Amino acid sequence: MTEIIVVTSGKGGVGKTTTSASLAVGLARLGKKVAVIDFDVGLRNLDLIMGCERRVVYDFVNVIQGECTLRQALIKDKRLDSLYILAASQTRDKDALSKEGVERILGELAEDGFDYIICDSPAGIEKGAALAMYFADRAIVVVNPEVSSVRDSDRILGLLASKTRRAERGEGAVEQHLLLTRYSPERVAGGDMMGVADVKDILGIEVLGVIPESTGVLTASNAGVPVILDADSPAGQAYADAVDRLTGKDRPMRFIDAQKKGLLARIFGS
Amino acid sequence: MGLFDFLRSRPKGSASVATERLRIIVAQERAKSGRPDYLPLLRRELLEVIRKYVNIDPEAIEINVEREGNQEVLELSVALPDKGVVEQPAAADDEP
Ligand SMILES: Nc1ncnc2c1ncn2[C@@H]1O[C@H](COP(=O)(O)OP(=O)(O)O)[C@@H](O)[C@H]1O
Ligand SMILES: [Mg+2]
Repeated sequence: MTEIIVVTSGKGGVGKTTTSASLAVGLARLGKKVAVIDFDVGLRNLDLIMGCERRVVYDFVNVIQGECTLRQALIKDKRLDSLYILAASQTRDKDALSKEGVERILGELAEDGFDYIICDSPAGIEKGAALAMYFADRAIVVVNPEVSSVRDSDRILGLLASKTRRAERGEGAVEQHLLLTRYSPERVAGGDMMGVADVKDILGIEVLGVIPESTGVLTASNAGVPVILDADSPAGQAYADAVDRLTGKDRPMRFIDAQKKGLLARIFGS
Repeated sequence: MGLFDFLRSRPKGSASVATERLRIIVAQERAKSGRPDYLPLLRRELLEVIRKYVNIDPEAIEINVEREGNQEVLELSVALPDKGVVEQPAAADDEP
């Protein structure tokens, strides 16, 4: 059985691509066969985060338009044998993706025996985002603890409940998970950032994980190595936990409590 | 955190304000979804009509579409202002 997972948010810049890359790597590391697809037509990004930008020959739109085979367009990851990337097209034609085209490619991946297909959604609620979520079995809604991101996430939850194939066919809701990213426990403790419990309460869905704000994310994207591969980085560890939870394991939440500072550190600043 | 912040009593966080605002907006937007698209316009036009007679606040109109069996019912409620604070509606002056 192939499971299609959309990583979505409404708002841009919240960490969808960072999340898609780390989830894909994390699942492949467990031996699963994984394809990760960049749906952001015109703003290709995932290839950079995955570190395979120089190996992009054909893209998603090329396959949909029959200019190459799926096999030719899938880029095999250099680190993990069971991981494949499908890059977004750089075309400016936003209509290059079609529902039929996307459906055909997802179908071919399923036939090929992929366990997971991760769809990295573009921002917004227009065509690209709509198509990225349409065929999903599960959705990971990436949200920052900040008003506009939370509000946008709620819009997305509404769309997941109505504008997906599952919803239209009455096959039961797309399974929804919340992933809080760029979380700063210190600022939550200081009362300046909404906490996990607040966001969970407002949106009313289960929390898959909390990814702390971490310098490791920038380092990772500079190097083209998904942050989950950096075992020293708190964000990498938090993503590894989230992957474990996604596959049904129980993992306690880490990185949600502020570090206790000594009196001297508090007085002289960090 | 420097010496000054440490000595200053901790400011009341802005996060609780954010949470409160979001609770309200999310509840409102969830209630709205699934309603017919013409409701906002209907509400505006009703407001104009009613204001010819009584000067009500935009928040005083509540419109809902309820499903009863396989029929949809438009529910409309308008809270009139307290007698004491009613202003003469502007339209009244135009009467002959
Ligand atoms: N946990 C994190 N800590 C620090 N920076 C982060 C974190 N997650 C994402 N970022 C940064 O936020 C920016 C947007 O991330 P990205 O994954 O591209 O978002 P999206 O795909 O939603 O637009 C990037 O610069 C990324 O490095
Ligand atoms: Mg992105």
